[in-house]
Amino acid sequence: MADDRVMIHVDQLTKVYGANPKPAVDRISFDVHAGEVLGFVGPNGAGKTTTMKILVSFLAPTSGRATVGGFDVYEQSLEARRKIGYLPEDTPLYRDMTVLEYLQFVARVREIPPARFRARVKDVAERCAIGQRLGSLIGELSKGYRQRVGLAQALLHDPEVLILDEPTSGLDPNQIVEIRNIIKEFGKTKTVIFSTHILPEVQITCSRVIVISDGRIVGDASPTELGRILENERGMELVVEFAGGDAAVSAARDGLEKVSGVVSIKPFTDPGEEQRPGRFLVGTAVGKDVREEIFRAAAGANAKLVEVSRHAPLEDVFRHMTRAPQDRAGA
Amino acid sequence: MRNSLAIARREFGAYFNSPIAYIFIVVFLLISGYMFFTEITTGTPQADMRPLFGLSPLIFCIFGPLVTMGLFSEEKATGTLEMLLALPVTDWQVVVGKFTAAVGLIATTLAITLPYAFFVAGYGHLDWGPVIGGYLGLLLMASGYLAVGLMTSVWTKNQVIAAVVGFLFCFALFLFGKLLQLVPPWLAPTVQALSFDYHFQSIARGVIDVRDLLYYASLIGVCLIVAQTSLESRRWR
Repeated sequence: MADDRVMIHVDQLTKVYGANPKPAVDRISFDVHAGEVLGFVGPNGAGKTTTMKILVSFLAPTSGRATVGGFDVYEQSLEARRKIGYLPEDTPLYRDMTVLEYLQFVARVREIPPARFRARVKDVAERCAIGQRLGSLIGELSKGYRQRVGLAQALLHDPEVLILDEPTSGLDPNQIVEIRNIIKEFGKTKTVIFSTHILPEVQITCSRVIVISDGRIVGDASPTELGRILENERGMELVVEFAGGDAAVSAARDGLEKVSGVVSIKPFTDPGEEQRPGRFLVGTAVGKDVREEIFRAAAGANAKLVEVSRHAPLEDVFRHMTRAPQDRAGA
Repeated sequence: MRNSLAIARREFGAYFNSPIAYIFIVVFLLISGYMFFTEITTGTPQADMRPLFGLSPLIFCIFGPLVTMGLFSEEKATGTLEMLLALPVTDWQVVVGKFTAAVGLIATTLAITLPYAFFVAGYGHLDWGPVIGGYLGLLLMASGYLAVGLMTSVWTKNQVIAAVVGFLFCFALFLFGKLLQLVPPWLAPTVQALSFDYHFQSIARGVIDVRDLLYYASLIGVCLIVAQTSLESRRWR
């Protein structure tokens, strides 16, 4: 569970690249406590990676400051780096080394005493399930395995903070679940920041989500709260499916249109599935729950109600929050 | 220090995991072996190491940048540099570690040619002073070329560009000594003082002069500091 210790403190952090007038990261501030798993979501180029690179001292902030474990990432960068395990995007590893050689190298640079090294390798090999492949060349491993080696490398010195840039991108669903479990397990006691494009992922893994867009934080809440934010602004969206023949379906639809609180009815198709005629996306007014009326409309039209469900809101939240402010004003 | 050694160890291992080390060692041994062979079979064999020391400046000038081209360029291209620099090491420790590995490779190659000296000693009295001086000079000179190559490797993620630019710098340093006749007399001492060859020849005679050591030490120092500064420029604000 989260305790009071602030592990990462970011204050008015700004990064401007070269002569580019628009900052890649623009005065962002947030704190992360021990025991929090923070998901960093946002479109490409929003500033997620830049923020992470500053936290691991690879880049310096143009202004503002950040501390990790109480150490300033610019002024006390070595101390800060000792607290962090880091895995950059695309898992760059030395492909000409075996897994064990690589871990040995990281241990030497991190000055882990040889006596402790064995126990640490055993621990990370177990957690990341790489024990079978310690002797394999990294270049010959599958992407999923490489990712786990990257995580093992980041966990080797038992860091207090784990920073992962898109740790699940390019993996198959089984591999994603494995990586997610490692993150969750670690996040029980330590601090994790990871970035992702996959929104359901933050719902499953994170205790908190920061939505970043155009270098600014546009949302900072728990995954459930984020869903609610949208409903409060825009009302609920329901997926409704009627069955029982064309006549019954269109009658039910007409009945639905008359319900007060229903603001829109659109045909709805799940991504990747075929269009089904009785399936609609129903928008409702803010604060109105029309699920009972939907049931009545179906009964009145002699149609069967096959489904009423809340439309997976996170993608919408994301799109809603990351739109430019002027678009949002018009919506 | 320990971290630099860890990096040096990894880099040194990487040389032998790739063809670079073997190509370099084989080519160097072939050329120097051929020089000894012709000296012994055609001329009047002399008990000295001139065949090795005569051509080595040019060989190192060409091969130095090839040995160092990947040190940073490759890590930049593959992204591993980011991983490396996120470890608790200073940029200077990384530069020194990688430089040490490259020097280690050259030292290993030179060590393999030591049997030539014992072989040549069979043709008469071999004066070991110039031999030891020659080896020291070779190592220093090679280190100078390597420092130049390492510096250009920090500048680009393209290994070919790193090698070509490195070679241009090295060749310029090499040429300085050959240009003596072309420059006005008042400039000659300066050009001579900058020349790689001049300082090498003086060490190779077996005379270890502080000025020669200082020349190489300062060249290596300047290149490594420029390399470190270039590496650090990502964190300028």
